[in-house]
Amino acid sequence: MSFPLYDGGFWTALGLGVLFGLALEGAGFGSARKLTAQFTLRDFAVVKVMFTAVIVAAAGLWLAEVSGLMAPRSVFIPTLFVWAIAGGGALIGAGFALGGYCPGTSAVGLASGRWDALVFIAGMVAGVALFAWGFEAISPLYWAAAGPKGQTLGELLGIPAPAILIAMIAMAAGLFWLGGRLERRFGGPIGAADVTRASEGTPPAKPGARRESLGSA
Amino acid sequence: MHGAPHPYWNPLIAGVILGLVLLATFLLTGHGLGASGVTARVAATLGSWILPEATSANAYLGGYVKAGAPLAGWITWEVLGVILGGLMGSVVNRRFRLKVEGGPRLTPGRRLATAFAGGILVGFGASLARGCTSGLGLSGSATLAVAGFVFLIAFFAAGFLVMRLARRAWT
Repeated sequence: MSFPLYDGGFWTALGLGVLFGLALEGAGFGSARKLTAQFTLRDFAVVKVMFTAVIVAAAGLWLAEVSGLMAPRSVFIPTLFVWAIAGGGALIGAGFALGGYCPGTSAVGLASGRWDALVFIAGMVAGVALFAWGFEAISPLYWAAAGPKGQTLGELLGIPAPAILIAMIAMAAGLFWLGGRLERRFGGPIGAADVTRASEGTPPAKPGARRESLGSA
Repeated sequence: MHGAPHPYWNPLIAGVILGLVLLATFLLTGHGLGASGVTARVAATLGSWILPEATSANAYLGGYVKAGAPLAGWITWEVLGVILGGLMGSVVNRRFRLKVEGGPRLTPGRRLATAFAGGILVGFGASLARGCTSGLGLSGSATLAVAGFVFLIAFFAAGFLVMRLARRAWT
């Protein structure tokens, strides 16, 4: 059997979506407070989960290619439009810090009963409408500085994929170590019990935490 | 009324599971996981009801309408699955709560206002970037695409920057 199967059917889509939803919810990503605590350095779950998932999937794709299970470059690789992707990525980061979710996690927030996730989704639809309304004016930025089609980091830097994977694993290990130290310093990661109380209140800082020294916090 | 919620998974275990789901998606479909594509399809559908002519004529959303049934597509079935999976996980693990979740200083009304404002930025940004944290950040980076890493750098830089201003809304 040769992968990918290019199966675009309903049940595969639904089934993979269910698994995606279970993974995001299990990680705690239906909670806006847990998600945004990444950016106050109190909870590194977003960085840990994302980077681990990227490394696992990238390593798996590489293994599938070198083992001959999958033809090279047979999966979709997005093309760089540097200003549109950097600008859009920055707007999503800003909207995440303010609104508490990104598109995928807002679906899980909704599925966890959060009204704020529903309102966030309504805001996203309004944001798309605003983009569509201004599309003629935005169009030059949208198409500017197109990179080579589906370029990978290995092609850009002239480095083989396994070297990139090893560098990513080393970076992730350093980042996770640093994240663990910062989490302890800023009050520890946010758990399910912290975000399911009837009233929000500030959860008590864990022993050894120095949240009070943050001033504005 | 509710039992004690079960704890979340260890983030490294959650990351491995998410990575395996993403890998399976690539092997089965030839592309990764996404989310924001469905908001464009919802906007095209609502637009075709409220402003049918303007939506069909629109350079960005018109294509969805002309193809007919803008919601019918892979990304819609996948996101329906995400909601279903999220519901299963939150209910079984007693983490489902009908509530407005936000920082302790914000009234629910203000929290919903920040959610809407943040949603506008994210909806606009995902249209501009041609994808979101799932489609570009997660799936794009897993293919080692330059586009995925450019997205992630911009996403995290802006997130940390804006949190310096929005901190009181969350702590």
